[in-house]
Amino acid sequence: MDAQPDAPVDTKAAYLKDLLGAGLLIDTGVPGVYGRSGVFEDVITRFEATVTAAGEGQAEVMRFPPGMNRAHFARSGYMKSFPQLAGAVHSFCGDSHAHNDLLQAIEGGQDWTGGLTGTDVVLTPATCYPLYPAVAARGVLPSDGGLYDLQSYCFRHEPSNDPARMQLFRQREYVRIGSPDQVLEFRQLWLQRGQALINRVGLPYQLEIASDPFFGRGGKLMAMAQREQQLKFELLVPITSVEQPTACLSFNYHQDHFGQTWGIATDDGSVAHTACVGFGLERIALALFKHHGLDVKAWPASVREALWG
Amino acid sequence: MIEQVRGLVADHGGLAVDVATLAEDTDLYRAGMSSFASVQLMLALEETFDIEFPETMLSPKTFSSLGAIQAAVQQLTGATA
Repeated sequence: MDAQPDAPVDTKAAYLKDLLGAGLLIDTGVPGVYGRSGVFEDVITRFEATVTAAGEGQAEVMRFPPGMNRAHFARSGYMKSFPQLAGAVHSFCGDSHAHNDLLQAIEGGQDWTGGLTGTDVVLTPATCYPLYPAVAARGVLPSDGGLYDLQSYCFRHEPSNDPARMQLFRQREYVRIGSPDQVLEFRQLWLQRGQALINRVGLPYQLEIASDPFFGRGGKLMAMAQREQQLKFELLVPITSVEQPTACLSFNYHQDHFGQTWGIATDDGSVAHTACVGFGLERIALALFKHHGLDVKAWPASVREALWG
Repeated sequence: MIEQVRGLVADHGGLAVDVATLAEDTDLYRAGMSSFASVQLMLALEETFDIEFPETMLSPKTFSSLGAIQAAVQQLTGATA
């Protein structure tokens, strides 16, 4: 969600150790890939229920798996902006000889992935990526545009000992597709709703103009352009660092990027604009555990009331 | 040099308008250049003029018009118009 440099290593590693020690996260041996306990999942489920309530049932619910169509992924332009974060699924497609080579490589402790072949699936990089081609396939938008409720695991290749920077994590999103006025009104509405939700669960936050972690030297140029146009806001909560708080919600205006890419048209024939609000569910849970303690039963009554009613 | 710059903008700017008609101070972003197109243009300028834009010049302002680009390239090559 954010492009900020990492905070000092010790506070991150210390919080991760606390979470693993309390059994809230379960180590897999890979930084940023964790199992979650029942308590951790319950916090996410309950927080998501507050998001659902804030959405007032007006959005069309869609759930996509954490893998998406590789051709759609390529067309979306993700590799132009974030090649360093992408993950593609590869499978073994060889014959018995190739299988033998594969097993020998595993046996010998060598890299055994060279003999694998790319499949039609890539890991979903952001929850809304599979939505746009699906909406485009339906044809012209209705006169009031579209409003969608999404949730998916996402993958980003950025191994870290910061528990708030996982490689596999969930985003809950609402996405608005329509005229520029419609999508900007949506973003403004969720800027208010998002702050209200975070207030209710007792977390400190700040709202900032932000940019995405675009790749390379040109990425700096793209990030500056994104900031100048105020296309992205983030709601930041201190988790492992007060100086470098973590983006827990983001509010993004894509202009006509996805509308152009996918040929999504509004009912008056214009290219559709899109905007989304994304909730980093693990990050919000991690912020709650950081600020209210690792024992949910000891959380402040107001927070428990907001989440468990 | 401005015509060379104009040619690169035509090839990489992704503009919806005819680049030949652009004034030197026309805002290229307003003329439809996306931020990603400006990156492509930046890389093409570096290759063509054998220069490297320093970090301090990697801002949208540097690539905002034909004249701004020419000034930036001249600064880096030491050339005069």
